[in-house]
Amino acid sequence: MNSYYDDQNSRLLDIEIGLLLEGVYQKYGYDFREYSKAHVRRRVLSRLKISGIETVIGLLDRLLRDADFFRGFLNDLSINVTEMFRDPEFYRSFRENVIPKLRTYTFIKIWHAGCSTGEEVYSLAILLQEEGLLDRCQVYATDFNGKVLDIAREAVYQKSEIEQYEQNYRQAGGTRKLSDYYQSLYGSVMFKKELSARIVFADHNLVTDSVFAEVNLILCRNVLIYFEKDLQNKVLGLFHESLTPAGVLCLGSKESIRFSKYEDRFTAIDEKQRIFKKRLI
Amino acid sequence: MNYQAVVIGTSFGGLDALRTILPQLGESFPVPVIVVLHIGDRNIDSFISHLNGSCSLTVKEAEMNEPARPGFVYFAPPNYHLLIENNFCFSLSADEKLNFSRPSIDVLFESAAWVYKQALIGVILTGANSDGADGLKVVKQLGGTTLVQNPCTALAPVMPRFALTLARPDFRINLERVAPKLIELTSQ
Ligand SMILES: C[S@@+](CC[C@H](N)C(=O)[O-])C[C@H]1O[C@@H](n2cnc3c(N)ncnc32)[C@H](O)[C@@H]1O
Repeated sequence: MNSYYDDQNSRLLDIEIGLLLEGVYQKYGYDFREYSKAHVRRRVLSRLKISGIETVIGLLDRLLRDADFFRGFLNDLSINVTEMFRDPEFYRSFRENVIPKLRTYTFIKIWHAGCSTGEEVYSLAILLQEEGLLDRCQVYATDFNGKVLDIAREAVYQKSEIEQYEQNYRQAGGTRKLSDYYQSLYGSVMFKKELSARIVFADHNLVTDSVFAEVNLILCRNVLIYFEKDLQNKVLGLFHESLTPAGVLCLGSKESIRFSKYEDRFTAIDEKQRIFKKRLI
Repeated sequence: MNYQAVVIGTSFGGLDALRTILPQLGESFPVPVIVVLHIGDRNIDSFISHLNGSCSLTVKEAEMNEPARPGFVYFAPPNYHLLIENNFCFSLSADEKLNFSRPSIDVLFESAAWVYKQALIGVILTGANSDGADGLKVVKQLGGTTLVQNPCTALAPVMPRFALTLARPDFRINLERVAPKLIELTSQ
């Protein structure tokens, strides 16, 4: 633990973090002021430790003056942990409950919000391909961290992860082999271009940017968990506005719209897998 | 001291240890009990319903935005870190594993320590890795009260041993004394 913030002046930590987030927002335009405080505190303390800075005010000083240092800090706060076919049961349910509905559309617009390095986007693209729907889709995949978007565009991933992804893919009800979709290159694999032809990766900040496009389906998984309740409400509002009537919203397996302001504006398609449908009125 | 919460961390052997401790806490136990149990990717629904059969407290998985309230035992959901926010509500995180663990005991204990400070009791039980020792140390540094199961009575002594060495807790007690101690502390 950081000895500067002992039990005598532990209150200072939250005060200083508040100032830090304010400063970062004013200088760089990234707004973390309504992110989960516990999450931010953990990241800030670990950044202090790694960089040998003693106080949060010292960290703020450095952040304000050093844009490269800020980019590292942005990575700290943005948690890009992801995987292919994360929560296989979700994809199973999606096949069963959402695909039949999508089939009735001639053209399908999809938005992955908080797509990180793209694993989720390619997972869904594979599923859509297997269902014969990918050609009819326009997929927007957005994140506020430019670095992860670059990786997502490349579609190159570590081979060491692939075994786990193969397993997830099978559990998710995949009908082929995951290796049908990528080429191996040395220690990594590259997903085939046919998957990405319909995908556009773009920078978008859920906190500070407005509606991105009108879409039939939104996936925003494991992003809202990092937000405080008011910000969750705000972003759910953004999604509600972006969806076509009866559009589908998929959240992470521990995220919920229950007790949110938008609870009444959606109905559950699969409550457990957090798949919801926008109500008509 | 007016305590406001108990946090418990355990891994190997934890199922049995919790089966011993939790049923002893009566329905009027005055503070929420928040548990990280390492259980891999398995879900804990069946363990939770088993405990509900034998506990007076209501046992459940902690949910995002849910307030931590007396009368409940909350478990971290498998594969997510569990944290406590300044408003005493839970938040979850899918960050990378810490000490090869998600949920991590350290993550829960540190976040709870910053929020509850002296009003927190931290408990480390049986387990086969070092998770929790750092977290317990933070609980202590921020004025909380710390308990570690006597390693001799633990199915796996590694976790309590690390916690003893690193955090130098206020109490080192045998498994069957843990619940009575928690009752004693919180009823003062
Ligand atoms: C844990 S990842 C989730 C990735 C993927 N959806 C999944 O579930 O595996 C969270 C992502 O949300 C992004 N993110 C966080 N805050 C954001 C914001 N305000 N706007 C856009 N993206 C954000 C992060 O950069 C990160 O890539």
